[in-house]
Order: sequence, then structure tokens, then C-alpha cells
Amino acid sequence: MLAYLVRRIAWGFATVLGVLLFLFLLFFMLATPDDIARRAVGEKAPQTVLDQWKANHGYDKPRMWNPESPADTMLFDHFRRMLTFDFGRSDADDTPISQRLRDGSGPSLAFTVPLFVLGLALGVGLSLFVAFFRDTYIDRATTVIAVLMMSVSTLLYIIGVQFLLGKLLRWFPISGFDPSPEVILRFLALPVIVGLLAGVGSDLRFYRTVFIEETSRDYVRTARAKGCGEGRIMTHHVLRNSLIPILTGVVMAIPFLFTGSLLLESFFGIPGLGAMTVDAINANDFSTLRVMVYIGSLLFIVGQIATDFSYTLADPRVRLG
Amino acid sequence: MSERALEVEGLVVTFPGETGRTPVVDHLDLVLDAGETLALVGESGCGKSMTALSLLRLVPKPGRIEEGRIRIEGQDVLSLPIADLRSLRGRRAAMIFQEPMTSLNPVHTVGAQVVEAIRLHERVSAGEARRRAGELFARVGIPDPGARLDAYPHQLSGGMKQRVMIAIALAAKPRLLIADEPTTALDVTIQAQILDLLRDLRRDSGMALLLITHDLGIVNEVADRVAVMYAGQLVEQGSREAVLGKPRHPYTQGLLRSIPARAARGARLTEIRGSVPSASAWPTGCRFHPRCPIAFEPCPRIDPGWTELGGGQRARCHAIAREFSA
Amino acid sequence: MESHVWVNCAVALLVLAALAAAWRLRRNVLWREAGRELWRRRPFALAIVGLYTLFALLDSVSWVDAAGAGVREPRSLLVRAFPADFQEASYSAPLADVEFYGGEPLTHPGAHWLGTDILGRDVFLQALRGARVALLVGGLTSLIAIPLALLFGVAAGYRGGWVDDVVVFVISILFAMPGLLLLIALIMALGRGPVQVCVALGVTGWVSFARLARGETLKLRELDYVQAARALGVSELRIVLRHVVPNLMHLVVITFVLTFSGLVLSEAVLSWLGLGIDGSWGQMIDQARDELSRDPIIWWNLTAASAALFGLILAVNLVGDAVRDVLDPRTLRERA
Repeated sequence: MLAYLVRRIAWGFATVLGVLLFLFLLFFMLATPDDIARRAVGEKAPQTVLDQWKANHGYDKPRMWNPESPADTMLFDHFRRMLTFDFGRSDADDTPISQRLRDGSGPSLAFTVPLFVLGLALGVGLSLFVAFFRDTYIDRATTVIAVLMMSVSTLLYIIGVQFLLGKLLRWFPISGFDPSPEVILRFLALPVIVGLLAGVGSDLRFYRTVFIEETSRDYVRTARAKGCGEGRIMTHHVLRNSLIPILTGVVMAIPFLFTGSLLLESFFGIPGLGAMTVDAINANDFSTLRVMVYIGSLLFIVGQIATDFSYTLADPRVRLG
Repeated sequence: MSERALEVEGLVVTFPGETGRTPVVDHLDLVLDAGETLALVGESGCGKSMTALSLLRLVPKPGRIEEGRIRIEGQDVLSLPIADLRSLRGRRAAMIFQEPMTSLNPVHTVGAQVVEAIRLHERVSAGEARRRAGELFARVGIPDPGARLDAYPHQLSGGMKQRVMIAIALAAKPRLLIADEPTTALDVTIQAQILDLLRDLRRDSGMALLLITHDLGIVNEVADRVAVMYAGQLVEQGSREAVLGKPRHPYTQGLLRSIPARAARGARLTEIRGSVPSASAWPTGCRFHPRCPIAFEPCPRIDPGWTELGGGQRARCHAIAREFSA
Repeated sequence: MESHVWVNCAVALLVLAALAAAWRLRRNVLWREAGRELWRRRPFALAIVGLYTLFALLDSVSWVDAAGAGVREPRSLLVRAFPADFQEASYSAPLADVEFYGGEPLTHPGAHWLGTDILGRDVFLQALRGARVALLVGGLTSLIAIPLALLFGVAAGYRGGWVDDVVVFVISILFAMPGLLLLIALIMALGRGPVQVCVALGVTGWVSFARLARGETLKLRELDYVQAARALGVSELRIVLRHVVPNLMHLVVITFVLTFSGLVLSEAVLSWLGLGIDGSWGQMIDQARDELSRDPIIWWNLTAASAALFGLILAVNLVGDAVRDVLDPRTLRERA
């Protein structure tokens, strides 16, 4: 078991290094420091201004190879700083990125965690219910509705819900965020509702397929022959055996807990990490963008390793080591 | 006089096919007395597994039981409401399946699965159920039964898994056990052990056993009576001695002749020419006629009825009917 | 040559290639049966997809009028179906006679079925033209990315060894980065043109297919007839081309159709972030957003784009489900 753990972590670390290399190639080789400077300062800025800007941001060193002192390259800096979580300053407005990360995490988590939990409960619960009623009109009607809902772009859900519940019915504020406990729910309601609507269609179809596949297995037939009722079969047999695909889906969603949802946060005025990313896009702020991608990847890789271990709890056939 | 363990009348099971619903079991009649072992014999595709599944209404969709009556210990199975059906399954009649590998739930311990079978039908405490499960394990010959309760199916061999299946089937003390090819997926030596086990259990408890198989060797070991099935119908029935010793139906005769052990060394193996027809293409008249060595004028046209041959033996064959009426 | 000429040639080639592929497949019983089955199950959805494709093609063939004849930009067949001076000055409501603000009479009163947008362009025409962008995003992206994904996936699965290790490593890296963020990063680095957007979408959308292709190849490699071919001395390349790849085709088709809608929806989100392709429905939705807060509301731009987007996505999803059922290896085997 320990050997496996070590191997997995080593692989994860190698992947992280790969991600960093990829980011470096993308942002410093494909898009050169001159490009970045130009986008920050202005297309028509003279070379001296560009050079000054580059010096300020540490973009004036040789990129990959410095014959004088091999470690004094942008490549080395990039790796060193990312791995030590020394994120530096934003290309756009010079604010420290780490600070903004800290500020933004709170609001993002406040909204993504409830969304995730509710989404999972809704998705799994509804799918179990529909799988129980498979091949009846309930099942068929729900599948049709799921396909319809999946075919609507998230943008439209946002616009629709904002308009309907915010403007017309005035149940919730259209946007904004206030962390004080009394009103926080009112501000989170709309984005969470939109998030649920946008996700339930595809969740339903995914989980339903998983559950229905399990119901056709031999061990379910044995359970029925024992006298097990269909309800108990769904909860005790099917669900238990479906944990691995469910867990896998859950892990894929973990990075979103932190990176927030770009669309939802910026539409609903939640000052989280997603909104921060959107600002970075609009301001051509490559340094912030790099950090966001890095953090997201890190979280995903950590989540993957965690899931591999959770598989042992879920399925006794999986024996690591 | 106790009720018959099993009575089947005119059972028809259909599946959707190219031309509407096709029967795979065609007006089948079966009778099994308490404490008896009946072997239902036939090749793959003859409908014997569907027959077994329909006894507990386990026919998988899109299959359907169209007609017939099934009575287990006098109780009409096909008209039972779901709650009563659930109570019948496992308690009055239990079933074991061909594939022990996939028939056990991989994420629960085998002990838990036996306990579930017990507690579905009796109000006992978890501790008591576990104790009983241990006893059942001992009874089916699982060594170190106490420790084995906490094993997972993938940790057990095929033979052990099948023993667990039998333990599960016996948990609620059924009067009828339906075994659908219980040894087909096991090694030969294990087969013998499982058969011995079934024989002992039957003897000790007086349970009736319906054994579905294609292996005539097993039939010889275990059965009291034999019913031979071909293309959705029974073609011969009788006591084991009669059917295996003096088979009358050409199909039964062909089956017995084709057993390699019976052939002389170096001699050519006998076979039944042709192959089993699929349910959508059953021949008209006697379904065996295209492969029958003694088929004659009425065989392709008229479906033969039963001819009683005395001593409880009967066969469906025009040639036999002609012989016995002459 | 000018860009619109390149596009015309590319479109012509695409159509020819599609026809040739369809002809080739018709001779194979399995595919013919599958096609017929698909048409039997979802004729309506298929017809809708066909309709959108038609509009997309009509908008892809364009040319410039002879000098002195009028407009000097290249105009497509679709645009030419409408009058040359169809563009008004600014907003107008559907079927209106006058402008929305100010009440000036329109050049073509009552002719704008879905009104006009802020630049006076006919909304109905814009919605139709969006089909071209959508098919470009969904179709062309996949056309570029599938061969690449197949190449890497099959090579990795079949060769094993260091090729496999490298490919798996690269896939893991790409997969570890959150999809939307990676997309944004790629476009910001590459630039904001349509080609770059398609490349970025291709890279992010097809990583999972490469993995799938690799997994399937691993299984196929162990099949008896492949082993037999190897034992007979058939060259590896031939084995791959004749035995492995054809057995992956059903997965290719399924994945193509299923990811199509995801790609189009992603482009809509990119458009909203300002990173999309000009003329797409996403861009129309983005532009229309603040129109909703005006008083009185301007709703026709948003509705047209949303309806067009929803229509295509729904049709493709329905077709996709049917394709998956029809090409399911189990049903393929039963039918054979």
C-alpha cells in the first residue's frame, strides 16, 4: 500500500511539473514577453517602455538558457516560484496574486460548496428514483426533460433566471454579494439555482445509465430470487456498486470548488476566484491566468490521488499495492 | 397427502422477435412431488432456463409469461401480488444460478448476503442471523465457517462461491430448490462435491429439487425423475431408470448415444445430425423431425401428443404412438 | 488568394470528402443498416441537423461582385438571398415599419421577420449565418482533432513501451488542467482568431477520446485475429490500418456527435468572454445581454440566437443518443 502511495504521488508530481512546463511554453515561448508587455502597456508603446515594463515584472531574463549563470532564467524562476507558491504580482494592476487568491477563495467556496453538495444529492437521488421506475412513463418523461435541459446553454439559464426571478418576480437580488450571515443566502440563491439547473440534465443521464447497467447484473437477479424488494435493491445493491463511477465524477468536480464558476460569479457579482479569472482575461493578465490554471491542475491531481484511495473503501476488489 | 411441491400447467414464455412475440417455452407441463428430484434436461436454447426463471417470475424483460399456471405448494404464483411474491421467493422456493462468479454482490461480504436472505423472511436479531449464517456455512461444507462470513466473494474459489449460493438459498428453509445448471461453470472435481452436497441436503431436509442441466452424467447421479426438453417442449418424461436405461424418444436416444464414455474406443462418435433450431424458426409438426432418423409421413405435419408408456414414462413421438397402438 | 476563395475551396473539398465517405460506407452492410436504423429512429432530428448544415453551407460559399456593381466585400449565397441594402440604421422590432428609437421609416418596412440589431442588421439573417460558425466549431474542430487523437491513442495502445508512456503523460497533463481555463489560456496565448479558437477547442475536447482510443486499442491488440495476423507476418502498419482502426470507427462517430454540442456550447461561453468567433450565436447572446435591461425591452436578438442555438444542440443531442444506441457494439454484433 505504501509503495503504491509513493508511486502515485511521484506520478502526480511529475504531472505537475509537466503542467508547469506546458504553461511556460504556452505563455513565454508561444506568446513572447514582448507580446505580453505590449498587451499590458499598449500596442504602440516604444521599445524602451516595453523593456522597462519587462524588467519590472522579471520578464527580461533569458528564457530558457543563460550561458552566464544557468539558474538565472525565466524557466527556472517560473518553476521555482510556482512550486513554492510565490505567485508574484498581476501583470495588469500589480496587486499581489496570493493576496487576491486568499480574498477570492471565501466567496467562491461559499457558493460552490453548497452547489456541489446539492447538485450531487439531486443528481444521484433523482437518477436512483428514475432507475427504480425504469421503462415507465416517469422514466421516459424525465429522460426527455433531461435532454431538453442539457441542450440549453448555461448563458441562457443565467439570463433567464436573472430576468425571471430577479427582475420580474423580484424574489432575489439580481447580483451582488454580502457575506454577513443574515443575507448571504439571498445572494447565493440565484447562482446556486442556475448551477443546479445547468447541471442536473447531464448528471441525470450519466447516473441513470450507471444505475440501470447495474440493475441488469446477475447479483441483482440473485437478490430478487432471495425475496428482496426493488427499493432495497436500488439502495443496498445498486447504489453501493455504483460508488466508483460516482466517486470519479465527484473528483472531476473538485477543482471547480476553488476556481469557482467563471460565468456564474461574474454574472451574479460574486467576488470570487472565477470573477478574478474573468477580470484577468479582460485585462490580458497572463500572470494571474497562469496561477489559476496551475492551482486548478494541482487540485485536480490531488483529487485524483485521493479518489484512487477512496476506491479501496468503496470496492473491496480494489487492493492497492 | 401433502401438496405437490411444484405444478406447472401450459406454461408459455415469449420474447419479442422479428415476427411479433415468439414463444421460447411452449405449453409446458411439469409436476414435482415433495422430496423428489426432477432433472430437466436439454441442450442450450431449448428453453429450460426460462422455465426455471418463470417459476419465481424472474423472467427478464422483454420476456414475458404469456399463459399457464404455476403452483408452488398449492399457491398460485402467477397471480400473486408483489408483496406476497417477495415473501414466497426464498421462503417457499429458492433458486441457485449457473454463474457463481457474478451471482454474488461483490461489495458485500458473503456473510452479509446470507444474513440478508435470513432477515428478509424472519424477524431475528443481527447477531442471531449471523450465528445461523455460520451454521449454514458449516452445513454446506465451507471450512472455517466463522471466519469465512467476513470474506468477500472475490476472495473465494468458484466452488466456495457456489456453496455460498446454496447457503443463501437454504437460509429461509424453502421446500423447493430450483438449481439452474449449478455445476456447469465449475471444475469436474468440484462438480462432484456440489452434487454430493445437494444430495445430502435433500435427504436431510426432504426438500424437492428441480435440477436444470444439459449433463446426463449429473442426471444419473442425482435425479429420481427425468424430463427431456427440446425446442420449448417436453419430449420425454419418466423415472431415471426408465428414461436413461430405456429411452424411447429418438432425441433422448440420440443424446444418450452421443455420450463419449459410451462409445467404444476408436469408434466414431455418434452425433445427432443438424443443429438445434432457434425459437423463431421451429419446424412445423414435430419439432425434432428434420434431425430424426425415423421421421415418417405425419412428422412434418402434425405435432405429436403424449403416448403413455407405462410406469409413469411418456413420450411425444408419432413412431412410438404408432408402435403402441398397433 | 483571398480568404473567401480559400474558404470556398475548403467547403467544396469537405462536401466532396463527405460524399466520398458516404459512398464508401454504403457498401458496408453494417454501416448501411446502422444508417437506416438511425433514420428510422430520429428522422425529425436528423432533418433539423440537415437544415442547419444546409444554411451553413449556403453561408460558406461567397464571392465578390464585379467592380462597380455594388458591395465590394464577398457575400455568401445566403446573404445574397436577401436584398443588397437590407441593413438598416439601428434597432427595429420584428415586422416593424419604423426604427425602434426615433421612428424613422425603414428601408424595408415589414421585411425583418425578427427585427434588426444595434447595427441595423437583420436578426433572422444573423441567426441563420450563425449556423456556419456553429458547424465550423463543432465539425471542423473534430475533423482536425480526431485524426490526431486517433494517431496518438492508437500508437500508444499498440506500440506500448516508451511511446505509450509519453502519450499517457501528455494526456495526463492536458487532462489535469481545468477545461475552460485551459481553453482560455490557449486562446489568449495563440491569439483570438477563428482558427486559433478551433485549435484550442480541438486540443481540449479530444484528449479524452485519445485515452479511449488507447484503451480500445489495448483490447483489440489482444484479440485472436490480430494475434493471428501478426503470427502470419502481416506488417504492423497494415494490422493497425485494417484491423484496429476500423474497429474504432463506431467510437469515432459516437464521440464526434456527442462532443459536437459540447464544443458549440463552449464557443458560446468563449464568445461571452470575448474570446469566441465573430458571427456566432454566442456573440449575439453576449451583445444582446444589456438589451434586456433597456426599457422597453429589446428581446428579439436574444430570442433568435437562443432559439437557433437550442434547436441545433437539441437536435444533435437527440441524434447523438440514437447514434450511440445504433452503434453500440452489442447491437452491432446482434445485427450481424
